[in-house]
Amino acid sequence: MKAEVILIDRPDVMQLHDMTAHHLSLFSSAVRAGFPSPAADYDAEPIDLNAYITQNPTATFLARVEGDSMIGAHIEPGDLVVIDRSLKPVSGRIVLAFVAGEFTIKRLMQKPDGAYLEPENPKYQSIKITQPDMGRIWGVVVGVVKKV
Amino acid sequence: MAATTRFALVDCNSFYVSCERVFRPELEGVPVVVLSNNDGCVIARSNEAKALGLKMGTPYFQVKDLVKRERVEVFSSNYELYGDMSRRVVSTLSQFTPNLEVYSIDECFLDLSHLRPEEVGKYGHEIQETVLRWTGIPVSVGVAGTKTLAKVANKLAKKRPHANGVLSLQTAAETEEALRETQIGDVWGIGRQHAKRLQQLNVNTAWDLSKMPDGWVKKNMAVTGLRTLLELRGQPCQDLETETPGKKNICTSRSFGRPLTELKDIKEALSTHTVRCATKLRRQNSCAAGVTVFLMTNRFAVTEHLYCNSRTMQLPQPTSSELELLQRAMHLLKGMFRPGKRYVKVGIILTDLVPASEVQLDLFSSQKEEKHSKLMNTLDTLRQRFGHQALTYAVQGNKKESAVEEENRAPWMLQKKFLSSLYTTSVEGLLQVRA
Repeated sequence: MKAEVILIDRPDVMQLHDMTAHHLSLFSSAVRAGFPSPAADYDAEPIDLNAYITQNPTATFLARVEGDSMIGAHIEPGDLVVIDRSLKPVSGRIVLAFVAGEFTIKRLMQKPDGAYLEPENPKYQSIKITQPDMGRIWGVVVGVVKKV
Repeated sequence: MAATTRFALVDCNSFYVSCERVFRPELEGVPVVVLSNNDGCVIARSNEAKALGLKMGTPYFQVKDLVKRERVEVFSSNYELYGDMSRRVVSTLSQFTPNLEVYSIDECFLDLSHLRPEEVGKYGHEIQETVLRWTGIPVSVGVAGTKTLAKVANKLAKKRPHANGVLSLQTAAETEEALRETQIGDVWGIGRQHAKRLQQLNVNTAWDLSKMPDGWVKKNMAVTGLRTLLELRGQPCQDLETETPGKKNICTSRSFGRPLTELKDIKEALSTHTVRCATKLRRQNSCAAGVTVFLMTNRFAVTEHLYCNSRTMQLPQPTSSELELLQRAMHLLKGMFRPGKRYVKVGIILTDLVPASEVQLDLFSSQKEEKHSKLMNTLDTLRQRFGHQALTYAVQGNKKESAVEEENRAPWMLQKKFLSSLYTTSVEGLLQVRA
């Protein structure tokens, strides 16, 4: 749990590319004198939350969510979504799409009669992509950052 | 490292405009321009804006009517965004070759010597598609045996409709055709003066130039001209510069948001520039032995006398401490300031740079130097983490450059009326998306 809090409290958390910036050190020895640490030979790299949340920081962007159409997928208003542009948007993945002049997060579903952008909240309706120029997929959602 | 035998120049199309469009896809196909610092001049245009006759460098006030009539989207320059997007493009390109030269914010030279000739075209398209998919930025790719020819290829990759943004010059015939299509003024390294002179001699295209005698070119256009000539003929004279050498001088200066008359305001601006400049100095691990401050009134005002002054001071010992530099800069400014004038710009230049590791410490100042250097380290770390305005000096004033509302901005701060969000570098600036 602690890891999550630290990640979110950092004001520069959006700098996902900076692999060195968000190390959460679970292990460090600060022995100044006396007997050398027996653990020194086993020293490991600290856990990198960037590497955990995305494979490709160069192509990864963050966005802030408004609206409750994806509540079933645990994407809630105020959350930050992590978007990887390098991934192929395949059927079944949650994507950030740009449709009818607006950015929207939905689940992409390829069906025999065409592609759909489906919400995860019964209050909302699916969007059917009827023409290729109706919209585009901006990137694939790979994670959600929440403040608890 | 063996010399490069095949160069690719990857150039981002209308880079600043493209950065804005990544986060505003509805601006695709719409005329867009980006203005220089202080919303002064047009410095980037989409193709649609070019088609409307908007020219580079035109002052914004001259095109205001056109902009309104044609519904051109206008942006202030958002260098924080462009810098981050540029870094992403470079990082994407580095997947394709370990040898890469970042030539400018929107151009990179890549070493593609390792490819077989028949692979080049496909590889170029792969580069183009990957950069577009990963970053959203469209690029053009020009490939040839020298940097100058790669530049030629890149320009034509944009111009020839069937090239689809990728052009590779491999055979002599392809190269000749490309050189004949390239106007002399468009050749990399040929300035306006030389272009004019060459045209008078009926040298109109890059091809004509490549046929000029070496001796004439060397005599009239110096060694750099000769280098261009040889490169146009396919003989590489410039290899990739993969490591950028530290700069010899560092300068930070900005025009004011509006003309200033008060010393206090100018001090705020100069101290902020000094802190920026010192940060750049430390980033390249250098110390400065000289400080120059310059101050000027409006060059174009007819009714006022131009006042333009600069003062230089040598330091007893090279330093990178902004405490030292601030003190000197303020001193120099005070000596130049004349009341009753309307100033438009102030700047600082740090000169006589030496690597920090080579600074000789003298016996009496070494303790102070060490203290300062520790303090600067801490400041750099904190500013990197919390933003460059996290820790400021009283003399810088208490207004934030990131503030949007007019009343929260100091009069010296740049005008940025049309600034887009810091989509990638600030939590507050993130893209808002519906779910």
